[in-house]
Amino acid sequence: MNFKARVWKVGDNINTDLILPNRAFYLTAEEQVGYVFSANRPGWAQQVQKGDILIGGRNFGMGSSRPAARSLKNLGLACLVAPYINGLFFRNAVNFAFPALECPGVDEAFDEGDIAEIEFSAGRVRNLTQGTELTAKPLPAQLLAIVNAGGIYPLLEKEGSIAPRA
Amino acid sequence: MGMTIAEKILAAKSGRAIVAPGDVVTVHLDTIILFDNNFVPSNWRDIQRVCDPERIVVVFDHRVPAPNQIAAGAHRTGREFARRFGIKRVHDVGREQGISHQLVADYGYAVPGSTLVCSDSHTCSGGVFNCLARGVGGPDIIYAAVKGETWFRCGETVRYELEGALPKAVTAKDAFLQIAGVHGDHATQNVEYGGPGVAGLSINARKTITTMSAELSAEFATFECDDTLAQWVRARTPLRFEPVAADADAKYKAVRRVNLSALEPLVALPDSVVNNSQPVGALKGTRIDQAYIGSCANGTQDDLELAAAILRGRRVAPGVRLIVVPASMTVYRDAMQSGAIATLMDAGATIAPPTCGACGGGHMGVLAEQEVCITSSTRNFKGRMGEPSSRVFMASPATVAASAIAGTISDPRNFLN
Repeated sequence: MNFKARVWKVGDNINTDLILPNRAFYLTAEEQVGYVFSANRPGWAQQVQKGDILIGGRNFGMGSSRPAARSLKNLGLACLVAPYINGLFFRNAVNFAFPALECPGVDEAFDEGDIAEIEFSAGRVRNLTQGTELTAKPLPAQLLAIVNAGGIYPLLEKEGSIAPRA
Repeated sequence: MGMTIAEKILAAKSGRAIVAPGDVVTVHLDTIILFDNNFVPSNWRDIQRVCDPERIVVVFDHRVPAPNQIAAGAHRTGREFARRFGIKRVHDVGREQGISHQLVADYGYAVPGSTLVCSDSHTCSGGVFNCLARGVGGPDIIYAAVKGETWFRCGETVRYELEGALPKAVTAKDAFLQIAGVHGDHATQNVEYGGPGVAGLSINARKTITTMSAELSAEFATFECDDTLAQWVRARTPLRFEPVAADADAKYKAVRRVNLSALEPLVALPDSVVNNSQPVGALKGTRIDQAYIGSCANGTQDDLELAAAILRGRRVAPGVRLIVVPASMTVYRDAMQSGAIATLMDAGATIAPPTCGACGGGHMGVLAEQEVCITSSTRNFKGRMGEPSSRVFMASPATVAASAIAGTISDPRNFLN
């Protein structure tokens, strides 16, 4: 799983209420996408192009268990890289098969608009614009397998534990 | 090699001799709690089998009674799920209604040494019972209900040694705000609370600290088991349990001391819980529109009694709305019998039924543009309780009650004799 695209940057402590505000709670997953960062960066969700990469700050995704990772995936973002990621957000990222990597120093290594190249499984992060390379923490094999399978729901569907989506 | 409380329970529940930071382990889950948000159409997946109905609990708490048709439909889906699989522990609107984390305390669902998951982030609340409790994601909870297990990443543990005793009108919330203000987030780490100061803290007070540990982004938050805790649990469940203490040679990332005697009332400024605490005096005179006492962190009987003690014989300031939300029907009934509810109502409080309510901006006290709220609930993120331009200050129920009387953020020590 490799990605090469321009990056967007957000600051430290981005919380799940900013990604998926309660105002969007009753909407469909597709509709919720339009609310990403609507409080802190209005209009941003409408500018994201499919395949773009998000560079987060420290403790990205702090807060609630809501499926904020699903919104970032449905927005078309290919991947998230942050110095460290909130444990609960990280669980949702794995389970919704939204590739998310922890990479110390990544927030300082990129300016918005730079082109990044990410080797997800190996945990390599390159800034092609600035000609630099960083080492991320690769996902443990058990979790990588879930991401590669497309998330938890396809696995449960396949074995008949949950019904397919109507 | 010595282990911390979290490491020992992870080891016991994954069938390993040792678990250390960096390990990813698959653990047996003793208690799996589903709540109403899981059953909303955008989140729910139709489960075809469950691991064991005896290990599952269904709670409606975020949106009760149903404020609209989607919530009502989610409750109906949840009831059908419980019926289909013979799940007996169902907390619907009515006699056993409450916020899931309060119900865990009321009904003894989390016993020492056990594991518990729920897909609400404040599930670490159950760590007060010397239990490994964690908020997981929606897909996790569906997987857990089917398989009866989940994976956890083991992080390093930070230990807090609590010493001394809280001064008058200073609460466990202030102790938490002190830790969060000074030490910031603990993402990827566990927190373990112990020390001689624990004995002087009620279970409700300790529970405020473990619940709020979600705001430290901690993986797990645990207290040791003492006689007070063992008695609480034994009074509520016949389940047998084995308390888990940290090994004497357990390895910690850090051990930090907190002198409870030296604390003062603190307030977290809007938009972030961590690295954002100020002494209440620094906010003196800040005008408020709403004061909120409730949530899984501070909707206990202790909290309602403390607020009543401050509000007794006084009135909520004109133009200010004081909303009080008992965290469960058990709390509500106890506070009715003690007279606290009557005192709060006489002062001008509106009592809402047990629900997560406005803590998550759901209902029962949502904020309009530019409004200012002081809350004892769990989060003050931008837009958390309503419109994004509203501002949420977070403090103890004592500080919230005092501020409701004054109409501006106020020091509760001036209101308690």
